Amino acid sequence: MSSPISVIREPLVQGHKTYHQITEDLISPTERTPGKAWIIGFILSVSVLAFGIFCILWTIWHGIGTWNLNRTVGWGWDITNFVWWIGIGHAGTLISAILLLFRQKWRTGVNRAAEAMTIFAVMCAGLFPLIHMGRIWMAMFIFPYPNTRGPLWPNFNSPLLWDVFAISTYFTVSLLFWYTGLVPDFATVRDRASGFRKKIYNFLSFGWTGSAKHWQRWEALCLVLAGIATPLVLSVHTIVSFDFATSVIPGWHTTIFPPYFVAGAIFSGFAMVLTLMIITRKVLHLENYITIGHIESMNKVIVVTGTIVGVAYLTELFIAWYSGYVYEQFAFFNRAFGPYWWSYFGMMFCNVVSPQIFWSRKMRRNVTVTFWISILINIGMWFERFVIIATTLARDYLPSSWSLYSPSWVEIGIFIGTMGLFFTLYLIFCRVAPVVAVAEVKSILKTAGDQYTGPNAIYHGHEHGHGGGVGGHIDDHGSHVETGHETKVHSTVSNDGSKSKGYNIPDYGGLQDDLTKIEGIGPKTERALNGVGIKSFAALSEMDIDVIQNILDEAQGNFAGNDPISWADQARLAAEGRWSELQALQDKLIGGKYE
Amino acid sequence: MAGKQITYGLYNDETDMMAAVKHANSKHLEIMDVFSPFPVHGLDPLLGLSESRLHIAGFVYGLLGTLTAFLGMTWIFTKDWPIVFGGKPYWSVPAFIPITFELTVLFAAVGMTFTFYILCGLGPGVTNKVLDDRITDDKFCIAFDETEVGRGEAESFFNSTGATEVHSKVL
Repeated sequence: MSSPISVIREPLVQGHKTYHQITEDLISPTERTPGKAWIIGFILSVSVLAFGIFCILWTIWHGIGTWNLNRTVGWGWDITNFVWWIGIGHAGTLISAILLLFRQKWRTGVNRAAEAMTIFAVMCAGLFPLIHMGRIWMAMFIFPYPNTRGPLWPNFNSPLLWDVFAISTYFTVSLLFWYTGLVPDFATVRDRASGFRKKIYNFLSFGWTGSAKHWQRWEALCLVLAGIATPLVLSVHTIVSFDFATSVIPGWHTTIFPPYFVAGAIFSGFAMVLTLMIITRKVLHLENYITIGHIESMNKVIVVTGTIVGVAYLTELFIAWYSGYVYEQFAFFNRAFGPYWWSYFGMMFCNVVSPQIFWSRKMRRNVTVTFWISILINIGMWFERFVIIATTLARDYLPSSWSLYSPSWVEIGIFIGTMGLFFTLYLIFCRVAPVVAVAEVKSILKTAGDQYTGPNAIYHGHEHGHGGGVGGHIDDHGSHVETGHETKVHSTVSNDGSKSKGYNIPDYGGLQDDLTKIEGIGPKTERALNGVGIKSFAALSEMDIDVIQNILDEAQGNFAGNDPISWADQARLAAEGRWSELQALQDKLIGGKYE
Repeated sequence: MAGKQITYGLYNDETDMMAAVKHANSKHLEIMDVFSPFPVHGLDPLLGLSESRLHIAGFVYGLLGTLTAFLGMTWIFTKDWPIVFGGKPYWSVPAFIPITFELTVLFAAVGMTFTFYILCGLGPGVTNKVLDDRITDDKFCIAFDETEVGRGEAESFFNSTGATEVHSKVL
């Protein structure tokens, strides 16, 4: 453990997890039968997807005429949706690649799901240019291959072709990176499974054994993939912005587009990651792995990129005025005060104003606020693309060809259908693969687990716990926790020298918890317990009820009213940071006693 | 690895396992392999594993991608089918850069990943016998080949270094 253990940084793994508990918590969602929420979500997603497929087939059968595009507005919802989905994908690569290079450990909690999101979003995005072609069966013409037409090659000078290369490369690299990260975790699932399930995961895990040399190569591969995925992700949205910036349409023909699009992509991507992760952590009970700290980190990225996007909007306005070019000036005047003014102000409010709330730490750490802001940003970033594409095209150089555009039911159906595709794939992913990277979380446990760092730490300095922490193993029924702590129960004198009167008090160093959080323990009782060396939840959780009763009997003062029957149970929940469960238990208790 | 008799010990913690590896080195016991649920840093030099050269392979693949894209487009637009686009020269280098970059990344990533799986002998349909199912969960395993280190010697080593379990298995 060469990296120093920070006392300032927030723990990234809560609940004093052991390696085995991490496996248990993260793999078990793939082993259970799906819950009601999952089934309802899945049926809903698949139905929406089915309607989307119907609309796509309708388009292919009847042609692009089923859309409301016209001579002036040639790009409508299709390209808006394409750019929106591609942008959403960017956060996954940013989290998995750029944060890996920057050694940001909080990525381990969210990278797996974010990368999955990238892949699914790119799939949704890629669909739009294909069906936008109208004659989808000609799609292979975009690839350079020796054909019977000459051979006739695509135009390598066209940004639209660069897009083909950028997006297919992006999809391939993301898929390889994601899958390689999944292989060791699939092996973990395999080694817990039996029968047919074991066969499936044996196939998926590629025969992974966990050999030292394999791990070494695996890390080398992941690092280099991260290194090349970083410029790749920047290039992809740069090239997408070239689709617009290299044209001579006022409002599109600007040099600010590449950085502005990349920042916007990261912004919208993080919003979607937050939307998904807040739901996922709640449904799968992953609060110990995707902590408030993770959400706060992502909200910081949101406020930075949102503000960059805001600066870009204002820069565009300034440059339009400063250029003295009337067509450019009109384009921006039209965006704000033309027929689509509502989308412009919707965009400004959702993308620039709403994320400013995250300058407040309290708001950054508020899950409900974060969720709704993330939804607003998702909407706002869709508006941004709509503003750039449809409102610009609707008022072109020639007032006689000005037109308006609103989508047909087919276009709306296809967009909703891609949402169905996205959520269908994501829900299947949640069932098949661990949504948090198991091996990677284990590898940061000793530097970022809350038993090693932060206010609830038990182990300090160079002292490392055995088996990855306190708590031992949860047995098969998950109802009872053995104390895996024999090796540590040796000291009868705690660190500050306070004598215990022959009691066998587990030593947790200088750890000091607020024991009055346990129902039935008041300040006086806390002093009595502290007096014999019981200062932490962890220590209290390992005490026998009889011994606690003895301590109370021998302590000075009247503790006749105290019944410690539930204290160890409560302390265990507190030590593991399972506050909501503790709350539920305390609701049932009367004065610390079971009913 | 067919038919190798392996003696292996399981440790509960990577620090114990690392200490045991150091101990084995000092006693000149030839470790066959170490298995762990996650990459343990600092282990490679102890096992005498040289640094992975995958990144060199990645560079070569990337270069191949650069050349394929750039020379390919050059040949197509100057020799095979020259077309004037917007009055620009046939050999318009700046316009070739995005695709050249993308193919560099694509070749490097695909090439390296495939090299990784081939070198490690991993892939779809590969089944490797595992010593213990808990190695991918929370156990750290040191394995000795019985022809190199006798079973008795291995067992006493494991007992003295705090292994929680010692087993023998044919791989």
